[in-house]
Amino acid sequence: MSALNIKKGSTSHSAYDLRDSHEQLVVSHTLAVIVENEPGVLARVIGLFSARGYNIDSLTVAEVDHTGHRSRITIVTSGTPHVIDQVEKQLSRLVSVYAVHDLTAEGPCVQRELALFKVAGKGEHRIEALRLAEIFRAHVVDSTLESFIFEMTGTPEKIDSFADLMRPLGLRELARTGVAALSRGM
Amino acid sequence: MTKAMTGAQMVVQALKDQGVEVVFGYPGGAVLPIYDEIFQQNDIRHVLVRHEQGAIHMAEGYARSTGKVGVALVTSGPGATNAVTGLVDALMDSIPIVVLSGQVPTFMIGTDGFQEADTVGITRPCTKHNWLVKDTAKLSEVIHQAFHVARSGRPGPVLIDIPKDVQFATSEYTPMPKAKVDHYQPRVKGDIEAITRMVEMLETAERPLFYTGGGVINSGNAASQLLREFVEATGFPITSTLMGLGAYPASGANWIGMLGMHGLYEANLAMHGCDLMLNIGARFDDRITGRIADFSPKSKKVHVDIDPSSINKVIRVDLSIVGDVAHVLEDALRIWKARGRKVNKDGLAKWWKQIKEWRAVDCLAFTNSDKVIKPQYALQRLEALTKGMDRYITTEVGQHQMWAAQFLGFEAPNRWMTSGGLGTMGYGLPASIGVQIAHPEALVINVAGEASWLMNMQEMGTAMQFRAPVKQFILNNERLGMVRQWQELLHGERYSSSWSESLPDFVKLAEAFGCKGIKCQDPKDLDDAIMEMIRYDGPVIFDCLVEKHENCFPMIPSGKPHNEMLLGNAETQGVIKAAGAVLV
Ligand SMILES: Cc1ncc(C[n+]2csc(CCOP(=O)(O)OP(=O)(O)O)c2C)c(N)n1
Ligand SMILES: [Mg+2]
Repeated sequence: MSALNIKKGSTSHSAYDLRDSHEQLVVSHTLAVIVENEPGVLARVIGLFSARGYNIDSLTVAEVDHTGHRSRITIVTSGTPHVIDQVEKQLSRLVSVYAVHDLTAEGPCVQRELALFKVAGKGEHRIEALRLAEIFRAHVVDSTLESFIFEMTGTPEKIDSFADLMRPLGLRELARTGVAALSRGM
Repeated sequence: MTKAMTGAQMVVQALKDQGVEVVFGYPGGAVLPIYDEIFQQNDIRHVLVRHEQGAIHMAEGYARSTGKVGVALVTSGPGATNAVTGLVDALMDSIPIVVLSGQVPTFMIGTDGFQEADTVGITRPCTKHNWLVKDTAKLSEVIHQAFHVARSGRPGPVLIDIPKDVQFATSEYTPMPKAKVDHYQPRVKGDIEAITRMVEMLETAERPLFYTGGGVINSGNAASQLLREFVEATGFPITSTLMGLGAYPASGANWIGMLGMHGLYEANLAMHGCDLMLNIGARFDDRITGRIADFSPKSKKVHVDIDPSSINKVIRVDLSIVGDVAHVLEDALRIWKARGRKVNKDGLAKWWKQIKEWRAVDCLAFTNSDKVIKPQYALQRLEALTKGMDRYITTEVGQHQMWAAQFLGFEAPNRWMTSGGLGTMGYGLPASIGVQIAHPEALVINVAGEASWLMNMQEMGTAMQFRAPVKQFILNNERLGMVRQWQELLHGERYSSSWSESLPDFVKLAEAFGCKGIKCQDPKDLDDAIMEMIRYDGPVIFDCLVEKHENCFPMIPSGKPHNEMLLGNAETQGVIKAAGAVLV
């Protein structure tokens, strides 16, 4: 009564091993989630991520339509393509979610983040910090004799690089908003 | 103009407008205004439960046996927390229920007031959606929206938390047609191109198989009818999950039995060996797939589901159709007929021959005894003696549940209520009461294990008070049988805490509740005892003492593929390796 002629306990080469080999790659996607701005909506979204073990690398939220009470949540998440697909579908399933756009999948998009850097230092360090800030188009928004606060808007990578440069020059505090993103074109 | 009313009046009015006939609930300080309104009307019946978990399971039993939305009402704090298990149960099994909970008045929220709990916070991941209504003007609309959300798309539980001051305040009532529900409208029609591709696939398949689930039941009677027509017309074999039993009749010619961890040999091997799997409203649960990597390695898979997130969640499919089962089946049937009703006759004949060989293994065979009642025998007799009656079955969770699924036959949908996704011990007794309230004349039997049954036995009081003649058929093995079975197979026969010690005398317990108790331990007496239970006009607690060490087979051990199923005790030595043992 052996079952068909199937090898017992067949192998991981089975056609239905869920993961294609390339799917082990972890990719980063930016999602725009349009939600009804009701109390608890952010908790629903965040709760979904923690309950299902998804990653949140960055999250921003604000009401973008005050009359329609709609907020836009921008989430940067990372996972295998299978997980990203599930993230999008699970978000779409929430009753308070109107739409989910996978900006990374839908084409090129513009991503911007705002950051504030408090850099303290004297002499050469101070001059070098100012010089680099100019190159990175960071603005001085506060200054004392011993410190600056720079403001910078850019991609997360640009902010990372500026932070790396500021660290040896006396970076004391860093505040980042998280990513806001829009798809390019119409 | 709509008229002004208090929040509590709105609750009752909205329930009436939604066609609600019965509410299962338990009062407390935070819902007294609503109870006051319930007292002053006769359209909606209130069933006083004995524990809020019971209220939710009753609402589930009511919903599952009628296809309507079940309703429960609980107070704040402990009332709401007691409801949590039931909410998750309904969420996992996609059962439409609306739960109304009281809350401390809005001005006290956040002060750790008496019987305050963050109910919407606690139940957010336990519901399809929930609301805290802080303004009486919004209350009636939210209630209508809640019913809409509970029953639309993939059904599920919703909860509305209503602070006490909102119940007292007055505002204008929003009638049902005026409530805004348009932003939540899940897609019901499947993509015609995809449906056509499915039809093309089934025209040529050599070894096709319908794999159906609870989605068919949830979709409604039309879905079951269409499924039956499709199955008969194509001649394809059909299997179903635990949740889908009854959508296709057990006596139907193409029925090959339930699949899954304790499913039938022929059903699981057909899943493993098919070349076309038509998943209609099932979700590739881990009880079904076994080891993912070896799941049905040679088949093309089609998945019809109303919930897009179910698709490719666990098993990657070759073709997905998002839509309501009835709509999709209707289109598929029409297209298949229009294209000339083609099937691969030769392939099918061979396939059936193979399935019949598997069936000849007779996987449910067991060694009967004339000294002790075998649980399988008890269910065989229950089936024989109640077949053809207007019968509804609920179950608890454990071996008895799996045996019930194996040995009872379901001819129609909505006749089988069991906790599938969550596996909630304590579900069956209250669920049976909910079913009986919905179908007062029917024979409603809860097939129970003694341990599960004790978890919500207080609800016998509810059964007595509301004259629900539910039959509690307890397969008493004096063991947490399913736990014991796993300990035998996985934990070196070390039976850690899997005895049911100090059990009550169930007959005396029945008497204490004022209902009938029957005890049976001799196979010879069983038929008469069952008939006595059926004939008794009132609730019965039937203590059926069964073999204590019987194991439930077939069994696909955790971490094994379908074709490594265990058929009986002889095959069980050391079969589950460490990797399987970590699975549940
Ligand atoms: C609330 C809850 N707690 C624990 C479990 C784990 N569990 C599953 S089956 C089972 C034993 C059930 O015993 P019984 O009701 O007597 O049924 P039997 O298996 O003996 O037929 C247990 C403890 C569960 N499913 N639900
Ligand atoms: Mg037991």
